[in-house]
Amino acid sequence: MEKKEKILIVDDEKIVRESLYHWFEDDNYFVDTAEDGEAALKKYEKEKFDLLLVDMKMPGMSGLDLLSKIKAIDNDALIILITAFASVPSAITALKNGAYDYVTKPVDPDELAHLVQRALEQRALKIENSQLKENIDEIIKPDNLIGESFQMKKIYELVHTVARTDTTVMIRGESGTGKELVAKAIHINSSRKYFPIITVNCGALAESLLESELFGHEKGSFTGAQFKRKGKFEMADRGTIFLDEIGSISLKMQIELLRVIETKQFNRVGGNELIKSDFRVITATNEPLEELVKAGKFREDLYYRLNVFTIVIPPLRERRDDISLLASFFVNKFSKVMNKQVKKVSKEAMEFLMNHDWPGNVRELENAIERAMVVGKTDSITVDDLPFHLSNNNSEFNGDEKSLASMERKYILKILNETSWNISKTAQLLEIDRVTLYNKINKYSLRKAEY
Amino acid sequence: MEIFIAPVKFYSALLLQKLVTELSKRFSSRIQVIDLKLNLDDFFSIDRKQYFSTQIIAEAMKLTDKFNGKIVLLTDVDIFVPALTFIFGEAQLNGKHSILSVCRLHEEFYSGISNENLLLERTIKEALHELGHCYGLRHCVDWECVMHSSPGIEEVDIKGNTFCNKCISNIEGYKS
Repeated sequence: MEKKEKILIVDDEKIVRESLYHWFEDDNYFVDTAEDGEAALKKYEKEKFDLLLVDMKMPGMSGLDLLSKIKAIDNDALIILITAFASVPSAITALKNGAYDYVTKPVDPDELAHLVQRALEQRALKIENSQLKENIDEIIKPDNLIGESFQMKKIYELVHTVARTDTTVMIRGESGTGKELVAKAIHINSSRKYFPIITVNCGALAESLLESELFGHEKGSFTGAQFKRKGKFEMADRGTIFLDEIGSISLKMQIELLRVIETKQFNRVGGNELIKSDFRVITATNEPLEELVKAGKFREDLYYRLNVFTIVIPPLRERRDDISLLASFFVNKFSKVMNKQVKKVSKEAMEFLMNHDWPGNVRELENAIERAMVVGKTDSITVDDLPFHLSNNNSEFNGDEKSLASMERKYILKILNETSWNISKTAQLLEIDRVTLYNKINKYSLRKAEY
Repeated sequence: MEIFIAPVKFYSALLLQKLVTELSKRFSSRIQVIDLKLNLDDFFSIDRKQYFSTQIIAEAMKLTDKFNGKIVLLTDVDIFVPALTFIFGEAQLNGKHSILSVCRLHEEFYSGISNENLLLERTIKEALHELGHCYGLRHCVDWECVMHSSPGIEEVDIKGNTFCNKCISNIEGYKS
């Protein structure tokens, strides 16, 4: 684990020094302590510390005196003062004399963690002149974002392009295509990656709960709220907020949302303090938002605010190349989780998988593999292990298809398989020329099955 | 090496049972519940109405020589270390003992609505987190990792419920 910045804790109470020492040490900081101002000054003269936490009231040299002396040595020194009780006049003096901030003892751990993190980050930015590291050739993918098809490669390119900007992104695609994974990929490839990505499933929350969930609430703001609670927007500070199923929020919440996204400011429920948060917005939907806008169910201004950069994830049936890769990934995943020795998918079962239309997309495929692994008895998944509804779906052409393209794809694949992928023969049987056939093969991502 | 759960002023037998079941799924080590007969009264701060966790651990050290393994003290009472208003838990880095309080893991403290599943999820995360410290792990920068620091309940909920690939190698007998 890489070590972080150096912190000096100055407090005359041993027990306070020790508890803060261990607390910061767990967070990988280099920590040192001093029992009074003189000792602190000696240590500071010998080595530079990135941050000093100084008790205001100490015997001998006071915290304020130490602050002035350190500032005389290094005006950029970062000092947070700790007071036993909130003393406004001395706190103002401290801030005037160049302290970064002050906290009251005992300190809320959350408050202290964020204060220290923010102080050190500002300092680092100043030192590094906020130069972002460029030239990342490849995006870092979340472990389970799988796909090598040209459609997925295109998506990785889009993720790469947009990740390093702070642009609002809208991810569209059918249910189960992995919209959340793409949002995660954008986040972990952005400069916000060390802060969390907060997911809110807008469709799953009742409107009354959504407000408290998004904006938080103050202690005692309603019966049972014994502690204050930060909302999702506050938690996403310096990170990303991912609003899934954005099409399902009410018109009232749309107004609130637009305001927060534009101002990056809000109040907690029952609170007067204006909370500021620096977040990036990524949304996802499988609903036709444009139609909702026309029908007056989705605000046009919010639509344009959210739809700045769009990534469309194709359904699995349009990127069949990825099916075998995904199937192997899930077999591997579930064999670990279930502690089973299933190693592969049999050739016949894979043919089934390749030719199924997957209306539930990757999630449906994952469920199918999971189910097959539960019922399977051998080290490879057979056709019989696959869910029942799949067993009616075979590689043969059937008349249930509604889309012409889907029927065309299946028919071309059928003839290709019958001719063992002899292009000339297939083109001849289909009564089209070879170039047209090649174009169709590319269009439908048809590949010769290799097992 | 075994893992011992020592309930001290802990009153939910069901949560204890579920925690043991969940930890048993994750560790190849045996998970045992032990009664240390530890009296917490001396560690109660009248001013703060909380219990001083470092002192509780120090007391537990005197009672646990015969147990060869990691010991997690599990309590319902609110715990603290001086300088901080509260802590969810404390552990000896690379040591044997840790303490975990479920007091502030209850959802009703925050939203007024009880949620037993969420309480279990949080308890598992924090138990793994404290055990991670006992196995020598410090806080991890990966939000998917249970060793990510969680100074507030929101961070407990955000972080993952298992160790990342980097941290997992330190944990003896962890299954997946």
